[in-house]
Amino acid sequence: MLVPAAIAFLLLVGPLVALLVRAPWVQLPALLAGGTVLPALGLSLGTAAVSTGCCVLLGVPLAVVLAGADAWPAPLRRLVRALVTTPLVLPPVVGGVALLLLLGRVGLLGGPLFQAFGVQIPFTTAAVIVAQTFVGLPFLVLGVEGALRGVDRRFVIAATTLGAGPWTRLVRVVLPLAAPGVAAGAVLAFARAIGEFGATVTFAGSLPKVTQTLPIAAYLALNSDPDAAIAISVVLMVIALVVLVALRDRWLQGLTR
Amino acid sequence: MSGALQAALRVDRGAFALDVELAVPAGSVVALMGRNGAGKTTAVAALAGLVPIDAGRVVLDDAVLEDVAAGASVPPELRPIGVVQQQAALFPHLDVRANVAFGLRTRGMRRREAQDRADALLAEAGLAEFGDRRPSALSGGQAARVALVRTLAREPALVLLDEPLAAIDAELRPALRDAVRAQLAGFAGSALLVTHDVRDAEALADEVLVVDAGRVVQRGSLAELRRDPAAPIVDRLLAERS
Repeated sequence: MLVPAAIAFLLLVGPLVALLVRAPWVQLPALLAGGTVLPALGLSLGTAAVSTGCCVLLGVPLAVVLAGADAWPAPLRRLVRALVTTPLVLPPVVGGVALLLLLGRVGLLGGPLFQAFGVQIPFTTAAVIVAQTFVGLPFLVLGVEGALRGVDRRFVIAATTLGAGPWTRLVRVVLPLAAPGVAAGAVLAFARAIGEFGATVTFAGSLPKVTQTLPIAAYLALNSDPDAAIAISVVLMVIALVVLVALRDRWLQGLTR
Repeated sequence: MSGALQAALRVDRGAFALDVELAVPAGSVVALMGRNGAGKTTAVAALAGLVPIDAGRVVLDDAVLEDVAAGASVPPELRPIGVVQQQAALFPHLDVRANVAFGLRTRGMRRREAQDRADALLAEAGLAEFGDRRPSALSGGQAARVALVRTLAREPALVLLDEPLAAIDAELRPALRDAVRAQLAGFAGSALLVTHDVRDAEALADEVLVVDAGRVVQRGSLAELRRDPAAPIVDRLLAERS
C-alpha cells in the first residue's frame, strides 16, 4: 500500500521539483523580459480575465436555470446537464476543431457571419477568448449550480413571505448567499483559461502577440530556447499556486461554512 | 383591527392528510396546538401560500387569497401574511437593520426611508443597539425578536408564528414570551401561534385550536378546554411543558 502511494505522490510532486531545480533562476528576469514572454503573459492574463468574465456573465444564468429545472422531465434535465459537462471530458483539440466547424469562415455560424459582416473569428484574440470560455464554462456552471442548490430554503421562504418575488429573491438573497460558489467557480474557470492549450492552438493558432498565450509560447520555445520554456513554465506554476491558495483560504471555506 | 381569517384547508400527502377549518378573529391571537406531525406546520405553509392545497378557501379581511374551486391563488409574496419561522432565518449576509428593512424595500420604500423605519422599529422593541450587527452575532432570543420585528415591519394583516420559541433555551423563554407579547400588543393585525407548549398559549393567546392527525379536535379558551376537554389529546397537550 505504501509503495504505490509513494510512487503516486512522487509522480505528482516530482515534475514540479524538477522544474524548480532546473529553472535558470539567475537568468530568469532576463528570460522573462525577452521578446516572447511578456507579450504572451499579458495576452494570457488579459484573455483569461475576459473569458472568466464571460463565464460569469453567461454561466451564472445557465446555472440558475439548471438549479431551477426540477420541474423539467428527468431525461431532458440529464441531457442538458451532460451537454454542459461535455467540455470537461472532451479532448481540448476536439473542442478547437468543433469551434472551427461552428465559427470558422465556412462554419455553421461563422460562414453567414463572414458573408454578412466580413467578421472572422478564428485566429484572432477573440478566438482565444471563445476557446477559453468554452473550456471554462462547465467549471463555473457546475460550481454555481451546486452553490445555488446549497442555499438554505428557510432564507428563500423568509424572503418570499417578506414580499420578495422570484427576481428579488434571486438577486437579493439567493445569489449573495451563493457568492462564495460563484467566486470559486470563477477562479477555477480562470485557472482553466490560463492553462488552455489544445482548443486555443487549434481554433486561434499561435500568432505572437495576437493568439500566442503562455502555454503555447512555452511549447514553441521548448525547441528553440529551452530556458525560456522553463521560465514560462515557472510563471504558469506560480499562477497555479496563487489560484490554489486563493481557493483554499477564502472561497472554499466559504463553501463549506 | 384587521386580520379576520376564514380558511378551509385540505392537503393530501399520501399517508398524511390535513383537513381543517381555521378562523382567527380580527386583532386576536389564536394558538394552534398539536403534537409533532399533527399538521400545524403544513397548515401554516398552506395559509402563507408556500404549499399548494388540494381543496379549500383562504379568505383574509374579505380578500380571497385562495379558492381551489374557482382556480384562484394569490402568490405568497403578495399575501398580506407574515411568517416567523421556527429558526429566525435572518439573512446572514445582511445586518440586522437591513434584515428589518428588507420587507419594507420589497413594498417599494426607498432605501434610506426603509433603514430609518427599521431603526425606529428596532428601538421600539428595545433592540436599537443591534442594528449594525450581523445575525451571527445575536443570541437565539435576540434573533427571534428581530425576526418578529422584521415580519411585523411590513404591517401584515395576519402573522403566522411557527414555534418561534422552540429553538430557545428553556430558561430564557419566559422573558422572551414577555417580549413577544409586548411586540404583538402594538400590532393591529391578528396572529396564529403554532406551539406545543401550553405556557406559550397561556401568555399570548386569546383562544386555542387543537389539531390532531390533520383534524381540528377542539377550539375555545384555555379555561374552556381545561374544563371540558373534547378528547384525551387535549388534556395531554394542556399538561405538556417542553
